[in-house]
Amino acid sequence: MMDTNIDLTLSALKHIHNMTESVYTSKQLIDKTIKNLHLQDSKLNAYITILDEYAFERSIAMDEKINRGEELPLAGVPIAVKDMLAFKGYPTTAGSRTLENFIPTFNSTVVEKLINAGAVIIGKTSCDEFAMGSSNEHAFTGPVHNPWNLDCVPGGSSGGSAATVAARGVPLSVGTDTGGSIRQPASFNGIYGLKPTYGRVSRYGVVAFASSLEQVGPMAYNIHDLALLLSVIAGHDPKDSTTLNEVVPDYHTSLDQGIKGMKIAVPDNIYDGANKIMQSKINAALEIFKNNGAEITEGISIPSWESALPAYYLIAPSEASANLSRYDGFRYGQSSVEYSDLWQRLENTRGLGFGKEVKRRILLGTYALSAGYYDQYYKKALKLRTMIKNDFKKIFNDYDFIMTPTTPAPAFKIGERITNPLEMYMSDYYTLPINIAGNPAISIPCGFIDDLPVGLQIIGKDLEEQKLLQCAAVYEKETTWNQEIPSF
Amino acid sequence: MKKIQPVIGLEVHVQLNTRSKMFCSCSRDYFNSEPNTKVCPVCLGMPGVLPVINKKAVNLTILTGLAFDCSISPISSFARKNYPYPDLVKGYQISQFEEPLCIGGKISFMLNNEISEVSLERIHLEEDTARLIHNNSTVQDSSLMDINRSGVPLMEVVSDPDMHSADQAIGYLKKLRQTLRYIDVSDADMEKGSFRCDANISVRYEGDKTLGNKVEVKNMNSFRSIHRAIETEIERQSKMLNAGEEIVQETRGFVDAKGITVSQRSKEQAHDYRYFPEPDLPPLFNSDLTISNLKTSLKELPNIKSKRFEKQYGLLSEESELLASTKQTADNFEESVKEYQKLLKNNTEIELAKTVANWYMGDIAKQLNQISPDAELQDTQVSPRHISELLQLIHKKQITVSSAKVVLEKMFNNEGTPSNIVDQEGLGQLNNTDAIIEIILNVIKNNEKAIRDYNSGKTSALGYLVGQVMKETRGRIDANEASQLLIKKISEKK
Ligand SMILES: [Zn+2]
Repeated sequence: MMDTNIDLTLSALKHIHNMTESVYTSKQLIDKTIKNLHLQDSKLNAYITILDEYAFERSIAMDEKINRGEELPLAGVPIAVKDMLAFKGYPTTAGSRTLENFIPTFNSTVVEKLINAGAVIIGKTSCDEFAMGSSNEHAFTGPVHNPWNLDCVPGGSSGGSAATVAARGVPLSVGTDTGGSIRQPASFNGIYGLKPTYGRVSRYGVVAFASSLEQVGPMAYNIHDLALLLSVIAGHDPKDSTTLNEVVPDYHTSLDQGIKGMKIAVPDNIYDGANKIMQSKINAALEIFKNNGAEITEGISIPSWESALPAYYLIAPSEASANLSRYDGFRYGQSSVEYSDLWQRLENTRGLGFGKEVKRRILLGTYALSAGYYDQYYKKALKLRTMIKNDFKKIFNDYDFIMTPTTPAPAFKIGERITNPLEMYMSDYYTLPINIAGNPAISIPCGFIDDLPVGLQIIGKDLEEQKLLQCAAVYEKETTWNQEIPSF
Repeated sequence: MKKIQPVIGLEVHVQLNTRSKMFCSCSRDYFNSEPNTKVCPVCLGMPGVLPVINKKAVNLTILTGLAFDCSISPISSFARKNYPYPDLVKGYQISQFEEPLCIGGKISFMLNNEISEVSLERIHLEEDTARLIHNNSTVQDSSLMDINRSGVPLMEVVSDPDMHSADQAIGYLKKLRQTLRYIDVSDADMEKGSFRCDANISVRYEGDKTLGNKVEVKNMNSFRSIHRAIETEIERQSKMLNAGEEIVQETRGFVDAKGITVSQRSKEQAHDYRYFPEPDLPPLFNSDLTISNLKTSLKELPNIKSKRFEKQYGLLSEESELLASTKQTADNFEESVKEYQKLLKNNTEIELAKTVANWYMGDIAKQLNQISPDAELQDTQVSPRHISELLQLIHKKQITVSSAKVVLEKMFNNEGTPSNIVDQEGLGQLNNTDAIIEIILNVIKNNEKAIRDYNSGKTSALGYLVGQVMKETRGRIDANEASQLLIKKISEKK
């Protein structure tokens, strides 16, 4: 039983099966995974911390559990977690110099659930600082590279989580999605990424960026793996008052129910500003759904879609400006030692700790909430939000899904848009409205443009993640996009 | 010269009697605790933590609103109040802004024998901040942080600018404090910081419709200093108004040692709190059922209790008010009456209550006052039942009133129950007539001058003689009886 025989491109479910059948142990799997990760990461820079020792010890403990016949859904499987989620005893940086030395004394609920499920957290992945960004160029550890083309960005903010899964470094990872931060990098890397319904997954212990918009979600290269991971992390949490008190289905055990008779809405505005080839990719995908019994209606109008971007860029920075004011350097994190008084100390600490994009959004949010501007900006944004929610609700009265491209175009070059924030913000054109509305959405790999993967976004009714996964499973059966592996 | 009218509004912060903090499960009782021992990631403001609403704190706030006739909002929500300061661990305070729990309402109290009614603007719920300890001896040129207080449930009671004198403000605060203690919402102790008051003060000429620029006065830590701060500030502003100077809107701090207010922050330096709805907490829905349940649980308030005492026990209104001034005194009084009634079934409640009330307002109050101004029977070994036992001994002529006072004192010194003390100290009333007559005859024999005075019409001499009899019997004889026996024996001797 040579550990070199372990195939790291297998799905998590296959690994679980093999470990249960004693084909190999978790220790062997983890050992090989870590060696491979270090090799890969010299090119990808996808991790802020790789937890060699922890993962190794943990795999031994999981092997004991597997040998005892304990049934844990993710026993011994390596998983990567975005560095936004608190992991007790290990650095949790949120990609920011501000939290470079921060070691939480508590677990985020999702990490707690992963541990209880037997998963082996193998590392904390890079992300844009405080999840603010669409390219993963804004981490204090430097940009993450796209495994399909190392000169390209992996997308963001969950770029590290996406890149390492696409590279088959790990079968599973966890990301967070505030405006597309799971779906957009999933699309750029040719993997699956799902943003659950707002309130489906606990945010407790997730470094907060925009509280009313963000959700933790699963990323994987196999739809059954994705469903399994969602089953593990979803559910009501007494520590998060915004979680929904609804039963969590066993998503991965009922994916083969098909989509016969389901109704798909395709909005009329979805190719405005999109890459020309994108339309043919989406049409090809729609053809597959039609052949499987779905009804497709094109030209559906969602008038408020265009309002989502301005609403998002008022709501998210406003919430962020408050969420980030705790980083004053008095109790933890980076603290400036050069100061003459309290206020100067605060200014220097935050001036040194935060990167440009974070500062830009704090300023934007502070301004939008200021006396005299609140009604004009923040309040108006909340009204737009209600409008967008209502538009979505109306469509879901008649349809099961809305389908769009996940991004207007495939991954762009590193450095290409960093000086143009507005162009950067546009790469979230398809994903932002969904966070505003709160619905669940998944990005699935649907082909390549110029050798770079692109994704299809499927949006569903609140709490109908099950249907999204079923739909994606139908597509996975008929295509091989998710089996393409980058070489780099 | 035109008369000046001061206008005062008060903001009172009250820590609530809950077990845990406002948004986490840490103990809220930090008094006398080691610094930074009652903390968790939530009240430390660690990255990623989320608040969970303490329902008890919500209920206590609604209860307070009901006690002051506020309208309770069917939907209420929390908001973030942003300002950077090291005592605020998140950089914002979770408070309420657009949708407070209670709106309107009023507080009524007696002021110079008239009813004074002050209207309320709102009552809302928020969290307390951490404590900064400046000028400490531990670390030079630094301030220390104690985060134990961070997240303690804090209720803010905001009055309208509806008061016009320091006396009225104190009357308002005393009524507020009394009620909060009555309904167990807070121990409302200024010394412990669970009852803190800021005053908004302005002045204008009487008859003016618009308000003058208001000055917020802070740093007052007793009723005495609040009274003094308000008077000082009114005086300062009145002088300026009369001199035609402009009064600037600002925040001033009261310096107790000097009895003056000094400028702390101008209007320009005032914080822009940038309130917005708290995204981590869903709105609170206060159903009619919840509100009516809380209404039912609302205990009898002091005014109502006092009125009932007048009617039920036939007491004067001043007596009733005194007995109803704290909930514990009122409860103790009523329990003593009930126990006394059990012992003496043939007497009416009104007869018995009168005696009990006199003891509570007199000797018992005196004994308690020696312990502390706020002491209650609960702070001693003496129970309301012991009191009724003592009164029963008097009623049955087993001890005299003056012996009873001695017994009461010994009861407060933990020397036992009334009957035990009577037995131990031999304080039983002398009912053996022969023994009494012997003592009377001895007093007559030994006080010839007083007898002569009495016989020559000086009735005051009799008082002296009674005193002598009491002294000889160590108070174990009833004074009236002693007096009558003396008169009888003196006339027999003539
Ligand atoms: Zn706590």
